[in-house]
Amino acid sequence: MPAIAFRTAIRDALDDELAADERVILFGEDVAVAGGVFATTTGLYDKYGPERVFDTPISELALAGAAFGSAVHGLRPVIEIMFGDFLTLAMDSLVNQSTKYWFLTQEQISVPLVIRSVVGAGGRFGAIHSQMPASWFMGVPGLKIVAPSTPADASALLKAAIRDDNPVLFFEHKRLYGLEGEVNGAAGRLGEAVVVREGRDITLVTAMKSVHDGLEAADELQAEGMSVEVIDLRTLRPLDLDTVVASVRKTNRIVVVEEGPLTGGWAGEVLASVVEHALGDLDDAWRIATPDTPIPYSPPLEDAFLPGPGRIAREIRARAR
Amino acid sequence: MSHVRDQPATGVLDDLDLYRRIYRQMLLIRGFEDLVQSLFLAGEVYGTTHLYSGQEAIATGVASVLEERDRVAATYRGHGHALALGVDPQKLLDEMLGRTSGVNGGRAGSMNVNSPDDRLIGSFGIVGGSIAAATGAALALGRTTGGVAVAYFGDGAMNQGYVFECLNFSQVFKLPLVLVCENNGYGEYTPYRSVTAGEICARVEVMGVPAETIDGMSVWTVRESAERAVAHARAGDGPVFVEALTYRFVGHSRSDPGAYRPDGELDRWRARDPIVVLRAQLEAEGVDAADLDEAEREMSVQLEQMRERGLAAPFPAELTAREFKD
Ligand SMILES: Cc1ncc(C[n+]2csc(CCOP(=O)(O)OP(=O)(O)O)c2C)c(N)n1
Ligand SMILES: [Mg+2]
Repeated sequence: MPAIAFRTAIRDALDDELAADERVILFGEDVAVAGGVFATTTGLYDKYGPERVFDTPISELALAGAAFGSAVHGLRPVIEIMFGDFLTLAMDSLVNQSTKYWFLTQEQISVPLVIRSVVGAGGRFGAIHSQMPASWFMGVPGLKIVAPSTPADASALLKAAIRDDNPVLFFEHKRLYGLEGEVNGAAGRLGEAVVVREGRDITLVTAMKSVHDGLEAADELQAEGMSVEVIDLRTLRPLDLDTVVASVRKTNRIVVVEEGPLTGGWAGEVLASVVEHALGDLDDAWRIATPDTPIPYSPPLEDAFLPGPGRIAREIRARAR
Repeated sequence: MSHVRDQPATGVLDDLDLYRRIYRQMLLIRGFEDLVQSLFLAGEVYGTTHLYSGQEAIATGVASVLEERDRVAATYRGHGHALALGVDPQKLLDEMLGRTSGVNGGRAGSMNVNSPDDRLIGSFGIVGGSIAAATGAALALGRTTGGVAVAYFGDGAMNQGYVFECLNFSQVFKLPLVLVCENNGYGEYTPYRSVTAGEICARVEVMGVPAETIDGMSVWTVRESAERAVAHARAGDGPVFVEALTYRFVGHSRSDPGAYRPDGELDRWRARDPIVVLRAQLEAEGVDAADLDEAEREMSVQLEQMRERGLAAPFPAELTAREFKD
C-alpha cells in the first residue's frame, strides 16, 4: 500500500463514495472547478459533473439548509464549510433543523448529511481562521462529530460518515493535510477510539493534530522511563468512554489534551465521565488545553498558545513523577 | 462605467494638490502590497494575505471625503482600507511581520487589523461581517457625533445574509451608513456571475436604498460618488450603496493558482490601472512628470526603510491577554 497525504485520503474517499452511491452530492465554495482551496476535491467536478459536484455562492446558511432539505428528500449531501470558523453561519440549520428532525418526525426520517470543515490553529491564520469549533457543537444531541488524526482514519471515517444516516460534522485539521500514511480504502466505524500507543503509567487522551504531539511527548518521556498510553478518540461525539475507562483502570492517571479553550471543552466531558465511572481508580486527572482567549497571529504567540509536545511532556513530568 | 480615455480631458480634477496627495497614497498602497508579497515569499509574513493591488482607487477615493468623526469597517483585503485612513504603514507592516510594534501588537495579523484611533473599526475576516460592524457603528454615530459609517465588502458578500439583514435594518432606521461593494469580478476563484443572481444594485434598490454602479478604477469618480453618498447618509436620509467595478491584479490570496482568469482579462484591466489612469490625468492637467517620478522614488526609499525597520523589530515574548476587562 503506498502512503498518501491526508488531503488525498479525503479526496479519494469522496471519490469512492460519489462513485458508489449516486445519491451522494458534494457542494461548497470553490470545491468544484477549483478543486477546493485546500485541494481536497481535485478532479471530482470533472469526473462527476455539475449535477453532483458544484460551487456555491458564499452563503453558508443556504449550504447547510440545502444540505438538510435535500437529505430528508433522498439525497446524501456532503458540504464543505471552508474554515470551521464559518460554521457559526451554518449553525442554525444544522442545530435547529438537521439535528432535530429525527426526533420530531418520531424517528421516521433521518438526516444523512456530512459537513466537512477545516479546523485548528498553528497555521498563522489568526483569530478567525484557526478555531477549533468542536466545543460549540458538543452539546447538540443528534450530532456526530468526527475528528481524525491520520490519512487512514480520514479515509475510513469519512466513508463511514457519508454512509451514516445521521448528521455528521467532520473536522479536518489544517496542519494534518500534508501528513502521509497508508490507506486501505475500507469504511471504518464512528464512535470508536483507539489506543495508538500502549503504556502503563498514564493515559493521554486526545484527537487530531494533538495525537501526534502526544505521541512525541510520549517518546520523550519514554526515554526518561515513563510509559504513556495514548488514546486517539477519533470521534468526539459520541465519545468512546469504554476505551478510555479501561485504560485509566490500568494506569490510574489521565491527562486529556484538547486543542481548544479550556472552559467548556470536550476534555472536561472526558474527565467528568472518567470520574463518574472510575473514581476509585484515579490518582490524578487533568486537562491541557488552550487559554480562554482568542488565538493570536504572531508565530511565537501562537506557538506558546498551543499545547505542543514540549508542554505536554513538561506537565506530565511535573505531575506524574 | 466610464471609458478609458485615449486623451484625458482637462479640468476633471477639482483640486490638483489633493490629487497629488491621492496619487502618493495610491502609490503607497501598491508599494506596500508588493512589499508584503515579497516578505510573504521570503517567509517573513505568515499564514495568508489578501492584497489590494488594483483596487487602490476605491479606498483612497472614499477616504478622501471622510471626516474625523466617520468610521470604517474593512475586509480581510484591508491593507488599502487601513492605509487610506492614515494607519501608520510601518505599524501595519510590523503587524504582518508579527512584531510587538505592529498596530495590534502581533495579535491580529493581516486579516484582522483594527485601529480605532485611525477610524478603522476593524478588518473583518468573515465575508459580510464588515457590514454588520458598520451598521452598528452607524447606529451609534447617528445618535452621537453625527459621523457616518462606511463598510467595504466584495461582490461575494452579496450572497451573505449579513447584507440583506443589515440593508433592511439600516434603511428602516435611516442609519448613516455607506455601503461600498468592491466588485472585482470574483469571490476567490469563482466568477461572481456564476453564483450571483440578477444585478447587485437592483437587489439594493428594492429596499429603496439609493445605489449606483461606478468605475472603481478612476479615483475621481469614486471620490465624487462617495461625496454624494456621505452627504446623503449624513443628512439623515439613510444608507447608500455604491458598487465600484474593479479588479484585483494579484491572486485572491497567497495560494491562488489564478487558472480561472480568461486569457487577456488581466491585461485589459491592467490597462486601466488606477495609478496609471490618475497619473495620465495629472499630467494632462499640467502636473510635471518629473514631480510624479520623484514621488515614486521617494516611495520606494520609504518602503525599503520600512522593510529594514520591520525586520529588525522584536517579536512579542509572551502573550499577556486578559479574557475580560476588569
Ligand atoms: C463567511 C465566509 N465564508 C467564506 C470565507 C472564505 N473567503 C474569504 S474571501 C472569499 C471570497 C470573497 O469574495 P468577495 O466578497 O468578492 O471579496 P474579494 O475577496 O474578491 O475582495 C471567501 C469565500 C470567509 N472568509 N467568510
Ligand atoms: Mg470579489
